[in-house]
Amino acid sequence: MSSAKHLTIALAGNPNSGKTTIFNAITGTRQKVGNWPGVTVEKKEGHVQRFGYELTIIDLPGTYSLTPFSIEEIVARDFVLDARPDVVIDIIDASNLERSLYLATQLREIDCKVLFALNMADLARSNGIRIDAAKLSELLDLPVVFTVGNRQEGIDELLQKAIDLAESGAPVPQKRRVRYSQDIEAAIASLRAFMESNADGSLPYNPRWTVIKLLEDDRIVRQRILAATGENGPKIIGEADRLRRQLADRYDDAPEIVMTDERYGFIAGIVREVLTPARRQRVDMSRAIDKVLTDRFLGFPIFVFFIWAMFQLTFSLGAYPMDWIGAGFEAVGGLIQHWMPESLLRDLLVDGVLAGVGSVAVFLPNILILFFCISLFEDTGYMARAAFLMDRIMHLVGLHGKSFIPMLMGFGCNVPAVMAARTLESEKDRILTVLVTPFMSCSARLPVYLVLAGTFFAQRAGTVIFGIYLLGIVMAMLSGRLFRKTLLPGADAPFVMELPPYRMPMFKSLMIHMWDRARMFIQKMGGVILVGAVIVWVLSSFPRQVDYRQDYGALREAAVTRWQEQIAAADSVRRPVLEMELSRELAELRRQQRTEQIAQSYMGRIGKTLEPLVAPMGIDWRGGVALLSGVVAKEIVVSTMGVLYAAEADSEDALGRALRAAGMTPLAGLAMMAFVLLYVPCLATVAAVRRETGNRWMVFSVVYSTGLAWLVAVAIYQGGRLLELS
Amino acid sequence: MLTLKDMREGQEAVIARVGGNGALRRRLLEMGLRSGVRIRIEKYAPLRDPLELVINAMHVSLRVEEAAKIEVDPVGQ
Repeated sequence: MSSAKHLTIALAGNPNSGKTTIFNAITGTRQKVGNWPGVTVEKKEGHVQRFGYELTIIDLPGTYSLTPFSIEEIVARDFVLDARPDVVIDIIDASNLERSLYLATQLREIDCKVLFALNMADLARSNGIRIDAAKLSELLDLPVVFTVGNRQEGIDELLQKAIDLAESGAPVPQKRRVRYSQDIEAAIASLRAFMESNADGSLPYNPRWTVIKLLEDDRIVRQRILAATGENGPKIIGEADRLRRQLADRYDDAPEIVMTDERYGFIAGIVREVLTPARRQRVDMSRAIDKVLTDRFLGFPIFVFFIWAMFQLTFSLGAYPMDWIGAGFEAVGGLIQHWMPESLLRDLLVDGVLAGVGSVAVFLPNILILFFCISLFEDTGYMARAAFLMDRIMHLVGLHGKSFIPMLMGFGCNVPAVMAARTLESEKDRILTVLVTPFMSCSARLPVYLVLAGTFFAQRAGTVIFGIYLLGIVMAMLSGRLFRKTLLPGADAPFVMELPPYRMPMFKSLMIHMWDRARMFIQKMGGVILVGAVIVWVLSSFPRQVDYRQDYGALREAAVTRWQEQIAAADSVRRPVLEMELSRELAELRRQQRTEQIAQSYMGRIGKTLEPLVAPMGIDWRGGVALLSGVVAKEIVVSTMGVLYAAEADSEDALGRALRAAGMTPLAGLAMMAFVLLYVPCLATVAAVRRETGNRWMVFSVVYSTGLAWLVAVAIYQGGRLLELS
Repeated sequence: MLTLKDMREGQEAVIARVGGNGALRRRLLEMGLRSGVRIRIEKYAPLRDPLELVINAMHVSLRVEEAAKIEVDPVGQ
């Protein structure tokens, strides 16, 4: 532990104000991404040592305001109120001064030390806008620092000023804040006196701010006051309501609306004094780009092209490192097999841990590329345009334009996709999006399709797999409509969304973004999938004592003696051929023994119990077991099938041959693909769903998706049989 | 009274009144869509909904049904 003094600095600001860039510029890669306690908003934290201080930098969620309407705003506000950071740096977007100052006025009303980072002033200047920082600092009585986040400009000065401000004993200036009109100020004064005389000093927050929020009918502050003031609480709330009604009569509008307006009035006054507007409209690059990208005719084709390119890149470019990782895991397995004596531990390591984790690790390159593309969309500003283009369609099926983003990410991996639903403001929209996102076929399901479609639909495999993806989208849309009509009725949240200017993405922030997501995937591999793979291995390897139909040990010995005699008698030309025959026969015996052993293992027993359930889909007990193991992670379906159908892993279509030999039909293959598409997403996704929506919705999601999967798969198989396809 | 949704692409107007329910109205106000503010309809999405408008230097998208709650006075022609 160093003896340096510790300070906490929070970064506040509008979305797209360049807040994250400043955060990255301050903390570099020394940042920690987590969650705010109890909610699902991402919390970014960084620790740096500067000027002899230990600084903890907290990146608050980007918000326009501090009202309790969205989780982000509540989180940001609660942090400032309850954690009491030493300084709040408010990132002011120089090209959007008025709106930035709106958040600033709200921060000022809470009793905290605020410092402005006037960001992107270079951009504003090149657009012909000039801002008088000295005047702004004087008018609001707070320090203002010019910054250009993506060029590291002003960052040192910003931190230095923040430390000075934190260390200055000066009370938070009280003068330079919004003054409301006479009637409102009178109501504030009267309620404040009433509250203070009734609450005997137990008020948690700045009294003026508390009173303003009570007059604005802020539900969270109401609850806190009720909790803090005990039996006098209802009296205070009653008085607040009385004053609210009085003000509403006086202004013929809700007090919070009037106050919002007056804050803007105050801001307009400041803006007039400090800002010299552009004298002429410059050529606006962003607008020109947007003219093309959201063009009435070109918009959709370009959009489809981007999505297509993203998937191409993900899957074709990702295929190379995928092979290397696969080979790496195999090599390690080979080494262990070579150097460790045969034992249960060796089996566990090779067949359980390495095989299980390896089957998932190969997707890491795909996930990295996919998230790189998604970060690119986000950082350039195209993601908002995607929502703009898609909102009409999403709205038709009861979803929100922003739901499109998590659903799109779902094609990569459902876990971060479910988390991405956080960008939706209304809880209903969020739950709805989380419920339908798992129907987006994630990359983990692809290997299953590749095996099944490759086996049964050879030439048309591509078309069939495309159809499966489409089925997922259709099911998501139908489910969305159904849920919106039944479980989560009501309109979706308003589509008031800023379309930020297009920006050149910064490589560093793309990398940080990508790494954040990839890390989640790696954690999933190290945790859930490792445990799942071991469980599957245990279930399929125990009990060790099996009554075999034949004595495999004796058979092997017999084979060895039989061939050895011939080998000994043969000449040097025939000898290698015979030796190969011997090892082939031994391998076949091992395969038969393994099949029998698995059939009698716990896994085999579970599978046979489940057979009546999977039989209507044309799947036998082995398929059933594979599906069951797929609950852990969909990737495991293939490896389990490999083990159960006792296909040697060395050849690609060995599993296909084994499946056909086991009597599986193309129709059953199709039904199984549909089931894999729709049923319970992997354990990690279930965990994510639970974290985002709670236990009840998680259970619902699991039951609904599995039920739907079964119905659809049975409909495909039985329907197909009726039509005499197969 | 004309509302935002009656505006054509490229047309400018001054907001006369922002209607709608509490949360939506507040959100609109907080983003700077207040009476007396001059806006321009930038464009409609390819499917004619939502629409994009420019207020100060900021581009905001709104659904047509939400735009119908904002009363405006057209500027020019």
